[in-house]
Amino acid sequence: MTTTAEFDVMLDRASRAFEDRAVEEGLVDVTVATIATPIGDLLVAVADSAIVRVAFDVEDHLLVLEQLADTISPRVLESHTDPVLEAARTQLGEYFAGERASFDLPLDLRLARGPFRREVLDLLRDIPAGETRTYAQLAATAGRPNAVRAVGSGCATNPVPVVIPCHRVLRTGGHLGGYLGGVERKQWLLDHEQRLAG
Amino acid sequence: MPLVTTPTPPFQPFYAAHSAAVLRLLVGMVGPTDAEDCFQDTFLKALRAWPPADTGAGARTDSWVLTIAHRTALDLLRRSGREVPVDALPEQAVVDDDDRVLATLDAGAMWTAVRALPPKQRGAVVLRSVLDLSHAQVAEVLACSEAAARRSYADGIAALRGRVEQGELEVNR
Repeated sequence: MTTTAEFDVMLDRASRAFEDRAVEEGLVDVTVATIATPIGDLLVAVADSAIVRVAFDVEDHLLVLEQLADTISPRVLESHTDPVLEAARTQLGEYFAGERASFDLPLDLRLARGPFRREVLDLLRDIPAGETRTYAQLAATAGRPNAVRAVGSGCATNPVPVVIPCHRVLRTGGHLGGYLGGVERKQWLLDHEQRLAG
Repeated sequence: MPLVTTPTPPFQPFYAAHSAAVLRLLVGMVGPTDAEDCFQDTFLKALRAWPPADTGAGARTDSWVLTIAHRTALDLLRRSGREVPVDALPEQAVVDDDDRVLATLDAGAMWTAVRALPPKQRGAVVLRSVLDLSHAQVAEVLACSEAAARRSYADGIAALRGRVEQGELEVNR
């Protein structure tokens, strides 16, 4: 232990060993990983072997960790070996590389409040990459044509953006509408998927 | 007045903020090989006990985990019978706050020399000179009075300087 570089290697090794032991001993309720993508770092959180949250860097990852502590458990710890996080890392990598159009990952939508919002999220999963719907169309599909605003809030509070494609929903007339990660990311994802489909 | 309940903070940012300091203290206390095991034990204990009892405003969670680390290191030293901490302090220690002697040593020599000190001085020197804690914080971690913490620190620095003056330690020129 003489140089800073050696110390960093040692810290990294000790950290990973601790993370694994903490999980083995059942002390961790939420594992998290930060995954680098062309649209910035995504924080992915897993509880009970399913993804509960995907967060953009503009959401402030520290704030998101606090929300997870508040709603699920304060025992939140980074992991480099969690199989679901590693699957997310692989599939997000493939998606952003243009090699994958949809995700096959275990999801847990407990952070979506209320049955209607969950129903909206289920409908979103049926929109293929390269296509879009309007909030009004989704409301009609859900059998509640007057619930356009509720559909909008269901999209806006999607706890697992990108993986559940709320970015594929636009306002009637072709306006982009809002997006949790910012409209420029929404546009980026739509352009990317146009290329994927074409 | 309504009761304000502070939500329990997540463990991860706390861990990320303190892991390097904990490892530095442990390397100083028990050496690099055992430090990694003590590091795991320290944070496992912290995670089991999370959150610290008083996470209210101003609570010193950094002292909390360093205290756990320090105790974990002392336990290991006791168990392995290597060095039993001595609590008795010299009657008239010269208070020596000048740690410039550390800067004259190369990093490897410094850590080796620090580990040759009695455990209490070891802890005090690492906490004060490497982790830059105040004497009050050092006292909290070592579970002693501030005066005792100052003395352990001064004794440790004096011992290191003595060894440099005797030409026992390699010095950067």
